[in-house]
Amino acid sequence: MAFRAAVITFPGSNCDRDMASALEAVSGTAAIRVWHADADLPERLDLIALPGGFSYGDYLRSGAMAATSPIMRAVIAAAERGVPVLGVCNGFQVLTEARLLPGALLRNAGQRFVCRTVALKVENTASPFTAGYAPGEAIRIPVAHHDGNYYADAETLDMLEGEGRVAFRYLEGCNGSARDIAGVLSANGRVLGMMPHPERAIEPAAHASLGGADGRRLFENILASFAAA
Amino acid sequence: MQVRVLVRLKPGVLDPQGRAVHHALEGMGFAGVADVRVGRLIELDLADGTDESAIRQMCEKLLANTVIESFTIEAFGESAQ
Repeated sequence: MAFRAAVITFPGSNCDRDMASALEAVSGTAAIRVWHADADLPERLDLIALPGGFSYGDYLRSGAMAATSPIMRAVIAAAERGVPVLGVCNGFQVLTEARLLPGALLRNAGQRFVCRTVALKVENTASPFTAGYAPGEAIRIPVAHHDGNYYADAETLDMLEGEGRVAFRYLEGCNGSARDIAGVLSANGRVLGMMPHPERAIEPAAHASLGGADGRRLFENILASFAAA
Repeated sequence: MQVRVLVRLKPGVLDPQGRAVHHALEGMGFAGVADVRVGRLIELDLADGTDESAIRQMCEKLLANTVIESFTIEAFGESAQ
């Protein structure tokens, strides 16, 4: 059976096409595009992707309005059934606002928008998204955000670390995130939120300054997990 | 009824915006500013008799993110209706 991925578009999403393109490049199947106002998701999904952008113009708080979209009720229900959900950048913000992931993304500590390729350490290799990376491996993925400063209280941070739910950590200063956290997983490991953009690092031929190809492997990991299921 | 919801970052949560404003005030020559925290004021014009618990739910579910923010609710005037 073909891999079925859905990419949600909110008003103000701007990485939805890149996400769909990355998924198609890796899986060979076009991703299904879903509008935020839809109440239902397509059936039998193997992945739901929440893309980057500035949903609702970041009104109130980044991701706060999108988290109340009709489609998010369906996304939450799907996540509870175990459908893998990937939220990148604004998608990560939406996942925290929807309480599918703990914590929140604050304004970058340096107050500036950060747009560059950063080095990450892979901390978890047990999830569908990260299983193909080597533990502790350093990878390079681009970031582009203003509100990427991950915050959670110390108790929550300890829990995330204790349960191996920190997926990626910045290897260099980026945005002031607590414990340099760049991506976190849900308790069952099937929801991943991350500020870096793997969909911008999928071209093997691309020079590292164009993002490299380390992001492609995240999508290949999802495919491998799907094929093994 | 009109209600004001004051949303502010919890103590201990870094406020880069407040820090930038603080820095700007100092740059303008204002002395003696020890700290600046930026919050958000939301005014709601509600049907008379709206339950306080309903207002609290609005705050907890949307107006504030209780992971990082606290809120206070204050009635401040008659309905505009």
